[in-house]
Amino acid sequence: MPLHIEKVSHSYGAVEALKDIDLDIADGETVALIGPSGCGKSTLLGIIGGLLQPVAGQVSLSGPPPADSLNPFTYIFQDFALLPWRSVAANVALALEHRRLGAAECRERVAAALALTGLSEFAAAYPKQLSGGMRQRVGIARALVVRPAVLLLDEPLSALDAQTRELLMEDLLAIWAREKSTRVYVTHNLEEAARLADRVVVLSRRPGRIREVLQIDVPVAERIRPEHAALLIDVHRRLWSLIRDEAATAEREILDV
Amino acid sequence: MSEPNAGRRPILFRGGGFAPTPRRAVPWIVFAVLIGLWQAASSSGLLPPLFMPSPAAIVRALYELWLDGTLMEHVTASLKRIVPGWIIGTAAGLAVGLAMGIFSSARAAGLPIVSALFPIPKIALLPVLILWLGIGEPSKVATIALGVFFPTVISAYSACDSVPRNLIRMAQSFGLPARDIVAKIVLPGAMPGILAGFRISASVALLLVVAAEMIGAQHGIGAFVLTAGNLMQTDQLLAGVVVLSILGLLISWGLGLVERSALRWR
Repeated sequence: MPLHIEKVSHSYGAVEALKDIDLDIADGETVALIGPSGCGKSTLLGIIGGLLQPVAGQVSLSGPPPADSLNPFTYIFQDFALLPWRSVAANVALALEHRRLGAAECRERVAAALALTGLSEFAAAYPKQLSGGMRQRVGIARALVVRPAVLLLDEPLSALDAQTRELLMEDLLAIWAREKSTRVYVTHNLEEAARLADRVVVLSRRPGRIREVLQIDVPVAERIRPEHAALLIDVHRRLWSLIRDEAATAEREILDV
Repeated sequence: MSEPNAGRRPILFRGGGFAPTPRRAVPWIVFAVLIGLWQAASSSGLLPPLFMPSPAAIVRALYELWLDGTLMEHVTASLKRIVPGWIIGTAAGLAVGLAMGIFSSARAAGLPIVSALFPIPKIALLPVLILWLGIGEPSKVATIALGVFFPTVISAYSACDSVPRNLIRMAQSFGLPARDIVAKIVLPGAMPGILAGFRISASVALLLVVAAEMIGAQHGIGAFVLTAGNLMQTDQLLAGVVVLSILGLLISWGLGLVERSALRWR
């Protein structure tokens, strides 16, 4: 489902967070938003999914959302946002309970989402019993269970250690090969952007503007092949050269947002 | 390098300690030693029985009060004030406190009033309540209900505040209606804070029932303790105090059970 971001600006009080963001995202495309901390990339993601009201501009869809999607804009959060008092299955079911589905269909959908994320045997476990990677798998299952048209990923792997992150990147790629959705992926991790995105949008520091858009022509599923290793390194290097100076400046900034 | 192990020294252990570890016997030993010392001081005549009766005398007084039924009579009278007072105060306090936690306008309206009335020692209102409701049970129950109401309001609305915002944003992002967000996110998320508030309000209720019974009651532990003091029956007086302590322990044990079963997910 094509997505259009038009002249979006946002500010928190006197602090401008985003300025004049124009971006079209094609159906089924994965766009990574990267930039130095405080560039407003999470703010933009909040605006896209309707959790934040932009000061100016708008986000729109071409055409109606697909009929089988229960929740067209669906988030996966950095901190997982699981309910600690609900089991894994009940956390996933939370996304369905208010949708007037039959109990049987609910159970079926939850079971399918758990199977897809390798959580079937953990259905009755509670979040505190799970590792960070398993918790984020619950977050992913909860997002998939509503068949999102646009998947909004807010630094989904940032809270995980390097090895778990690698495993989950593989899982995401495997899931994306089967589930069709448009994806916006916010990250500060250049490798995630280079590995997972069709297009990388580089934002400048406050106020965030689009600084550069980098198309990566190799399909995501093929990027782990050895012959593309040089390409990934090159993408990584170009992204770093685009944000290095601003990241360094942002790092020295006094935070008073 | 003729001797490879020469000059090797083991690294000295310097961690450990500064971590509480359970010592199951210690509390019992401390209790036994203190009561033993007290009994010894009484038996040797160091403590005058009129001012400080021996543990044995207190136990004897308790036993006699149990046998002739006065103990249960007073305990029942007190419980008949605490239970309805606590339930009324808690129900009203939860209703107001949760409304203040959920609706900004309810908070804006309620917070100044609650802040102004909370610090009043509620026992000071007993004379007014007696004037309004008479000297009988309703004025005592109302005092307890008032005393329970305010801490419950405060714990309920701050418990709502402590529900992580990100969980509410998550629920909104999945399109949950506001009613479901309250029922499935805010209330369960506020439950630990609400239950912690119950401990405070239960101790307030115990305090107020004793105070109210000392001001004007025939029966009840407060009245019993006061009468015993007036008659210089110190052993009975302290037996009443022991009963209050047991009552407090039972209440906190019961609340502990409720917490453990309601908050198993922690």
